[in-house]
Amino acid sequence: MIMFGHFVLLLALFGGAMTVEVLRPRGVPLSKRQFYEENKPFTCLDGTRTIPFDRINDDYCDCPDGSDEPGTAACPNGNFHCTNAGFRPGFIPSSRVNDGICDCCDTTDEYNSGADCQNTCRELGRKEKEELQKIAEIAKEGFMLKKQLIQEAKQGLEEKKSKLGDVQNSKKDLEANVEALRTVKETAEKPEKEAKERHLKAWEEQKAAIRMEKDKARTAEVFLELDDDSDGFVSVAELQSHPELDPDSDGSFTEAEAQGLLGGVDQVDTVAFETVWNNIKEKYVSESNADVPPPGETPQEETQDTTSDNDSENYPDEDIPEEEDNDDEEDDEDDDMDDGDYKAPPTMRTDEKKDEDDEGPMPPYDQETQALIDAAQKARDEFNEAEKSLREVEDQIRNLEKEISFDFGPSSEFAYLYSQCYELTTSEYVYRLCPFNKVSQKPKFGGSETSLGMWGKWAGPEDNIYSVMKYEHGTGCWQGPNRSTTVKLTCGKETIVTSTSEPSRCEYLMEFTSPAICQDPSSIDSGHPDHEEL
Amino acid sequence: MATFTERMGPVLLFWLGLCLSGTWAVDKGNFKTCDQSAFCKRQRAITPGESPYRALLETMELTNTKLTLQLINDNNKVRLLLELYRLQGNITRVKINELKPLKPRYEVPDVLIREPPTEPLSLLSQDENGVVLSLGAESQRVIVSARPFRLDIVEGRDVLMSLNSRGLLGFEHLRMRKDTSQADPEADNKEATDPPSQVETTKEEEEKVEDGMWEETFKSHTDSKPNGPSAVSLDFSLPGVEHVYGIPEHADTLKLKTTDSGDPYRLYNLDVFQYELYNPMALYGSVPVMLAHNAQRTTGIFWLNAAETWVDISSNTAGKTVFGKMLDYVQGSSETPQTDVRWISESGIIDVFLMLGPTPREVFSQYASLTGTQAFPPLASLGYHQCRWNYNDQEDVRAVDAGFDEHDIPYDFIWLDIEHTDGKRYFTWDPHKFASPKEMLQGLMDKKRKMVAIVDPHIKVDTNYKIHNEIRSRGFYIKNKDGADYEGWCWPGSAGYPDFTRPDMRAWWAGQFAYDQYEGSMENLYTWNDMNEPSVFNGPEVTMHKDALHGSWEHRDVHNLYGFYVQMATAQGLIERSGGVERPFVLTRAFFAGSQRLGAVWTGDNAAEWDHLKISIPMCLSLGLVGISFCGADVGGFFKSPSSELLVRWYQTGAYQPFFRAHAHLDTPRREPWLFGPENTALIREAVRQRYTFLPYWYQLFYHAYQTGEPVMRPLWVEYPQDPATFALDDEFLLGRDLLVHPVTEEGARGVTAYLPGKDEVWFDIHTFQKHNGVQNLYIPVTMSSIPVFQRGGSIIPRKLRVRRSSACMEDDPYTLYVALDNRRTAEGELYIDDGHTFNFEKREFILRKFSFTNNVLSSVNLEPDAQFTTKSWVERIIILGASKPSKITLRTSDDQENQLEFDFDASMSVLTIRKPGMNVGADWTVTLQ
Repeated sequence: MIMFGHFVLLLALFGGAMTVEVLRPRGVPLSKRQFYEENKPFTCLDGTRTIPFDRINDDYCDCPDGSDEPGTAACPNGNFHCTNAGFRPGFIPSSRVNDGICDCCDTTDEYNSGADCQNTCRELGRKEKEELQKIAEIAKEGFMLKKQLIQEAKQGLEEKKSKLGDVQNSKKDLEANVEALRTVKETAEKPEKEAKERHLKAWEEQKAAIRMEKDKARTAEVFLELDDDSDGFVSVAELQSHPELDPDSDGSFTEAEAQGLLGGVDQVDTVAFETVWNNIKEKYVSESNADVPPPGETPQEETQDTTSDNDSENYPDEDIPEEEDNDDEEDDEDDDMDDGDYKAPPTMRTDEKKDEDDEGPMPPYDQETQALIDAAQKARDEFNEAEKSLREVEDQIRNLEKEISFDFGPSSEFAYLYSQCYELTTSEYVYRLCPFNKVSQKPKFGGSETSLGMWGKWAGPEDNIYSVMKYEHGTGCWQGPNRSTTVKLTCGKETIVTSTSEPSRCEYLMEFTSPAICQDPSSIDSGHPDHEEL
Repeated sequence: MATFTERMGPVLLFWLGLCLSGTWAVDKGNFKTCDQSAFCKRQRAITPGESPYRALLETMELTNTKLTLQLINDNNKVRLLLELYRLQGNITRVKINELKPLKPRYEVPDVLIREPPTEPLSLLSQDENGVVLSLGAESQRVIVSARPFRLDIVEGRDVLMSLNSRGLLGFEHLRMRKDTSQADPEADNKEATDPPSQVETTKEEEEKVEDGMWEETFKSHTDSKPNGPSAVSLDFSLPGVEHVYGIPEHADTLKLKTTDSGDPYRLYNLDVFQYELYNPMALYGSVPVMLAHNAQRTTGIFWLNAAETWVDISSNTAGKTVFGKMLDYVQGSSETPQTDVRWISESGIIDVFLMLGPTPREVFSQYASLTGTQAFPPLASLGYHQCRWNYNDQEDVRAVDAGFDEHDIPYDFIWLDIEHTDGKRYFTWDPHKFASPKEMLQGLMDKKRKMVAIVDPHIKVDTNYKIHNEIRSRGFYIKNKDGADYEGWCWPGSAGYPDFTRPDMRAWWAGQFAYDQYEGSMENLYTWNDMNEPSVFNGPEVTMHKDALHGSWEHRDVHNLYGFYVQMATAQGLIERSGGVERPFVLTRAFFAGSQRLGAVWTGDNAAEWDHLKISIPMCLSLGLVGISFCGADVGGFFKSPSSELLVRWYQTGAYQPFFRAHAHLDTPRREPWLFGPENTALIREAVRQRYTFLPYWYQLFYHAYQTGEPVMRPLWVEYPQDPATFALDDEFLLGRDLLVHPVTEEGARGVTAYLPGKDEVWFDIHTFQKHNGVQNLYIPVTMSSIPVFQRGGSIIPRKLRVRRSSACMEDDPYTLYVALDNRRTAEGELYIDDGHTFNFEKREFILRKFSFTNNVLSSVNLEPDAQFTTKSWVERIIILGASKPSKITLRTSDDQENQLEFDFDASMSVLTIRKPGMNVGADWTVTLQ
């Protein structure tokens, strides 16, 4: 069993001049000394029970709140107080008392573990003081700069406001101009439209006449082709020699089906054939080029209705692009794409093409019409030009309004960051922070840029909301969220990105210094409340 | 930081190629079914009926150690050699090989800890139908029937096990390829001049050449199969058995299911991306051991074969409803329940150990006598492990370490995944992120904490990489079928795979862990072997081509052993670097029978889903039954992001499972315990702290597992083998005999129902000390802080309640003894103490105490008086559950000093707390209640 003294002599220094000896149980802070009165029964600080005084720090936990063992590790929820003369005092969990690890800089937590601890309080105190001094200096200079920034921001705001006024005025002029030109344009377009319609109508009529003639010639030609025995009639048998005409496409073109196509009779003459032709011309394949069905005449719609999943089987082999190897998945994909292309050309387009080929292009406009068109085009161009200028001005106004109303901090001290960018180069990447706009990352040795987020919001704690910026909705991560970046601002004389990291996948953290976040040093230097025992 | 695609470009493509879309389920199409595995299909096509095999009794030879006998297949006249051994400790070994194979067939080395010692067999009777041999004790006999060949093991009038009783013995003999143009004419000649029986072969039945015998293609991979068909299979019948267990690793229930309507259970070590639950698909490791249990007896079958293996299970009672079974019972059904099992392996021989129990404990000990016991781990490795893919850099490690202190959560190990290396070159450190690893390790050491860094077996092919150059120049890489170094894709891109089956390769590998070889390593750096199935991103089924060559053996023959050997070489390295003083800690993903001797395993890449939390219990229970006690699942789930409720429940469950490590995928948000708000932080802290208070018990259980092979985490039926209500339980488990754990694994749970076993047992809630009787389904209302755990009445569990930063900080801390009284007001327990990390316990430097409470006297006696060790730890408190109020309590120590002790008595719960007895825990003492 291990026994040790319950009490230690603690020296508290006041101003370095006066020395007072304060006797209290190990691990108790001065502020709680009065609860531990020597040789009087001790009541646990939560009031649950009272125990004899010799059970304080006897290495057995009697109080549920751990208050009877301030100086040992006996209570799971206890705290040990380190005085840390020369530095800041503090509490550590009781579980760190005598665990062989030096936690208190005054070494008082390791009084019975054999751990070789050095008192580092003075050193730490000195370092902290230096650190605080440095911070204070930076804050001081930074705050000066900040005041300047506020001044500049104020000035800039005024300038922008006055510029906004100017631009808004010019916008009015531009609007009037646009309206005037619109009227001019509309006036010019009306006669243009009428003249063009006239021209088109004349062309349509001409085309219809040509087409009718051609159809007639075609009917006669086909009749001759079908009339194999040249007896002046097309018979059922003659029709059956064209299997593509089979109305139900079931592979057998029966006599009855042929008869049906002929309108119920056994044969037709040239006159009666005109009606028959209208029914079969969609499917008919000319004997002169029977090997290659003309595009557009393959009964695509019908076959598709009856097809299963595999499209390609239903198309004539000749039309499928040569494909040597169908095993590979990639090749399969290519097949699909080819099929798609094959299906794509609509009958409409081919028809039009045919029309053009057959009837030739539309004749040019006459001089009068052309003059009207040219005039209207000029009016349109002028109108578009004016409208474009107006849009530009509107953009300018929007940008100015956005900037003027943007939250650049309580005194607009962050306004100077607007439309600036700051870079940090690491071993692998160049990081780029464009405040209020975006954050990005680019590989140092080539490669494309990745967005780490677009401006989201100020995201600091409630009492210091301007200490953190949040950029969101960057490039998406594989099986993860969109990239985002948290930018932590600290006071500094310069505006620079000091570090970047990715604590969690696709969640970036950036440290950024700026004078704009510096606090008035006079408000910082109020001293530490913790320093009670220094 | 790079994006995943940027850094892992080529690898990612492979992964994407393998997994197609990013859906959260395994792509089953990447892995073979039995039908797609030619040998499995062929063997499974053999249907029950009369076996073509016949025992040639005239060839029988019985020596002192074994019986040998030739078998002949009447269809093709190929002869097999049967060897039958009676092994010490009630084990029967049956070996079947070809009598004259064309070339040797693979026999698994290194898994058995020694050539198992035999006991003499004696011939009881013999006639033309067969022979009967005595297995010695308990009227056990083996009956060898000649025509058709079958083996029955009987005890008295009961048949314990029958082999080939369904006639499914299949043995594909090695043969010359007949369809090749380069057939050796001499071989043909030779065949022709062979004895008449051989000529008959060719004449009688031309061996049918089936698809997949000489070449097999799966997806785009072709297996060249130069040796042709070589599969073996055999059936086992287990009369009276309805429950079989084991053959891990599968993400399935504890009780194995029948496989008639689907695929057999598959044993083939594979890196399965986002594995699916409740199916027989293969996973990362394979232990070909099955346990069979009924209320009378427990037996085991150990099928020692390292090739791809499938196990079919059928049962004559499967599918019967409870009512149907009742009806059978009432009407006295003529049919006794029976389970039939068929094992199918692609190559090698039949070498099977029949472990005849009869108790679960005896089966564990029988299996341990063959393959060894659980490695005794360093105490710290039983603490909490904090892992993530990846802790980004040294600053990150420092910050996470500080986070644990800030939130007052203990941990022992922080882990580094693959990103810590210089470009996935293992044994190196990223020069920017981990520029001064020793500084980092020293920082951890200052807090008595440790680190694990990953070392995978795939080696980047890079002539500027020392490890690669050495392995290549020594010729240590596995070769492809054409004899060049095998190359596959893994994390580093193109990678070679060292041939760990070679002892000289393993010795060289072990040497790489020496402090002067492994730069930046220190004694608190340990190792993790991942991807050792082996994982080959562009290989068939994400693993190695079966025709790759390990010397003269094909990868086909040794596949399931690869991970075992990787861990063996690594553990050896950690032992050697300390001059044989320090115990190693190595975690592995792939494993085989015998892996328990080498370290810990985990259940691989699970997901943050409630069902994955649930399955962690049967998965670790199944592993424990076949010797691998040091098992855990990634706490929180590897893939996906857990809700805070799931994360808390997982910590609560993991705190009571052997290997307790949180891990997370690279693409998941951070999830250190303090990132889910103060309430959840407190819940996680409490769970981890409970773990640490029980460390003395865990340590003692592991010592026991090391000694006996008994599982640390065990199914209830192991302790209550006659209670059928326990046989299929896998939502609760026992730690040792004395702690029953029923973790909350349901989302939004308001309560759980735990089955408390034992007719005469009482169980004490460890939190409230409420007492419950055994044999009841107890409904326990739960809140988010509840972890239902019960201590068995009759047990004494030593705990350390002063939870500190790490287990090492608690070394000298005092103990609290929890004495839970049974109905006879007695209790006993053990305490094991040593230095926690060296092999000095083998030199008997330890303390083993036995505490017992009887007749109101609690005493501590030394169980190992010749062992020597001293501890500073003392007994600070004794808590007696189920006690009555004494008038006086006295302590008597070995020097005959007597002290009166103070105590508190809580009458409402009958809890007696003895205050500060103060004696050293290693001493003899008695505490008397009056």
